[in-house]
Amino acid sequence: MKKFGFEISKGRQLNFDEMKSDKVNKLLEMVPSYKWCIGCGGCTAACSAAGFTDFNIRKIHTAFFRAQYEGLDEQLNRCMLCGKCLLVCPRGVNTRSLIINMRRILANVDTVTWRPQRELKSKNEGGNNE
Amino acid sequence: MNSDNFHLFVLPFCIGVLFLLIFSVWKYWRWIRGFDKLQRAKIRKNIWTWRFLPAIWEAFREGLLHWRITKKNLLLGYMHRSLAFGWFLLIVVGAVQARLAFPDGHPLWIAIFFNYFEPSYSIEFPQAEFYANLMDALLIYVLSGLFLAMFKKVWSRPLGMKRTTRHTLMDRVAKFALWCIFPFRLLSEAATSSLYGNGGFMTRWLGNVLSSMGVADPAFELTCWMLYSIALGTFFCLMPFSRYMHIFTEVFLIYFRQLGVRDSDRKTGYTMFELSACSRCGICIDGCPMNRELGIVNMQGVYMLQSVRNLELQKNAEPIAENCLMCDRCVADCPVNIDLSVIRRQVRIKNKAAIDNKNGYGYLRNVQPFNSIGRVAYFGGCMSHLTPGISHSMEAIFNAVGQKYWYMDKDETICCGRPLLQQGFENQAFELRRKNTEMIVNSKATMLITSCPICYQSFKKEYKLSIPVMHHTEYINMLIESGKLKLRKDDRRVTYHDPCELGRGCGIYDQPRNVLKATTTLLKTKEEREHSLCCGFNLGNPLLDLEQQTSIRNAARDNLLAPKPDTIATACPMCKKAFQHADNVPVKDIAEIVAENIIKPNN
Repeated sequence: MKKFGFEISKGRQLNFDEMKSDKVNKLLEMVPSYKWCIGCGGCTAACSAAGFTDFNIRKIHTAFFRAQYEGLDEQLNRCMLCGKCLLVCPRGVNTRSLIINMRRILANVDTVTWRPQRELKSKNEGGNNE
Repeated sequence: MNSDNFHLFVLPFCIGVLFLLIFSVWKYWRWIRGFDKLQRAKIRKNIWTWRFLPAIWEAFREGLLHWRITKKNLLLGYMHRSLAFGWFLLIVVGAVQARLAFPDGHPLWIAIFFNYFEPSYSIEFPQAEFYANLMDALLIYVLSGLFLAMFKKVWSRPLGMKRTTRHTLMDRVAKFALWCIFPFRLLSEAATSSLYGNGGFMTRWLGNVLSSMGVADPAFELTCWMLYSIALGTFFCLMPFSRYMHIFTEVFLIYFRQLGVRDSDRKTGYTMFELSACSRCGICIDGCPMNRELGIVNMQGVYMLQSVRNLELQKNAEPIAENCLMCDRCVADCPVNIDLSVIRRQVRIKNKAAIDNKNGYGYLRNVQPFNSIGRVAYFGGCMSHLTPGISHSMEAIFNAVGQKYWYMDKDETICCGRPLLQQGFENQAFELRRKNTEMIVNSKATMLITSCPICYQSFKKEYKLSIPVMHHTEYINMLIESGKLKLRKDDRRVTYHDPCELGRGCGIYDQPRNVLKATTTLLKTKEEREHSLCCGFNLGNPLLDLEQQTSIRNAARDNLLAPKPDTIATACPMCKKAFQHADNVPVKDIAEIVAENIIKPNN
């Protein structure tokens, strides 16, 4: 049986006013497709790592979105980056990039040069192009 | 008469040569000292063998004749050859000429500025006339290449290049100096000829033209020689800082490669040789799917090497290195055979060092292998869990030939580690490799068969397994050749998509084709084998969005659909998945096609 990671969790309160969103904004800026996620959990169902452990990528990025960062970096290290989640995602979220970038943001790695594809595309650059 | 053997105008040339010599020796010495242990061991092992012979041949063929470029485009090959081989011959024949004219020896510059120092040579040695004409012919040869190079700058398409490289300022200045050298040489020789009537057919003719124009003047002659010397000196001084360093570096690179040296995951002295051996010809740009389908032209091999080599461009190295499908198309196209993907991976590894945490895989500790003495191990790979038809077909094939097997990742997969390594997480990839190696070794399986080309390349190149590793197309081909597997031929017409990792990555082109020929009618496509197009869904580029991946996929699909096949065949679960929803034509893995056509031995 697959464990989807859904279990009765302790009651908790989310104070949306206190949520620090700079990390989330940074993630949205780096992985724009993140906002398309509908939380279907397909990524978790297909996940190779989830077959062995309670690694739950859907849960992780939901927690990240709610600015609950405790323990996430340790959780994210379990990912094998195999890319199955990418292929099953019905919304075309770039899940691998999401994982790599969450790790970078949580580790406070300078991500100034890390930009989504659209901005990297240079216009009218290069030599002659007939 | 210029009877002296020295004139002040030779100084810029001499300074240039001296500077180039000292600087190159210093640079090469530093790079060679920067080789890592493995590379040094290779050199020590192979240096006293005959490997320098193929190296000399390859250096002559590629450094001077530019054979690989000629195969791409005749005119482009001619351009490079005339500049390289033509100039080389000018130097060699010039040296012979000077030697004949000055049997007692002469300073270096005499050979370069021969016509100035020996204006009356025609009575000095017998074949003088022949040599003068030969030198003129060679100069015309070089000038014709120069003309093509100028033409290419305006319109590159007739030379087989849609796009050319955008060069740095230093490269442009150096190119300008190079382009000045040969016209100035012609002009100086003509100016001397207008005064003394020496030289070959062309210089004499041009000299007469100059005389008739009334510019036969020693001051004009000296100016021309001075400009020629300055152009040479400038070019030599700029060479170590520009792309023209490739001229000498390529020779060293070829030699080291013949000695068996390969690049590693860290930047070493050998990487420096590779960086400098790139001539920035820009041939890598045209084939790149990122350019062809998305119009992104700032991340190809040439720019990646530039950003790693040039200090002021190093801030771009990270986004450039990340923004690549790693499909190896540029590696196949590169006329210098630089291992671009390995260098790109070096940059990625450097970028990921801060988050490359290997402690996350504790959960794999309790995964145990199956005792499979006398069995083969079958590794479907992560992706084949999303295309179960492939693994089911492989099981059917194993059963049909009576081969006992252990389906390693039937329930849960431990990734092979290559997707991590491609992204630069080398420590994490190492952990997964260690676990998989442990599993395979402890299972005592006799052979490893995998359905995923990514895993295949990883097992083949990155793991150090003592048992044979095969991709399933290789395995099926072996079964057919040995007669163990009998297949019926159906009337399907198929086109085959070469997966990047299997074809360009591992050189497996013929086995899948042989299998397909045994069961179906295989059609040719326009771009196949090493020129095959990436399906776009490969895991190399984390920055592409779905829409961009799809447009790369569509280009590859259109290439496959052009001969109007009944089925598209591929050998990679990822490519299968990519093409699956693209069109009404069914997409099948080779294993599936084979499983449908097995003739059971009992009927």
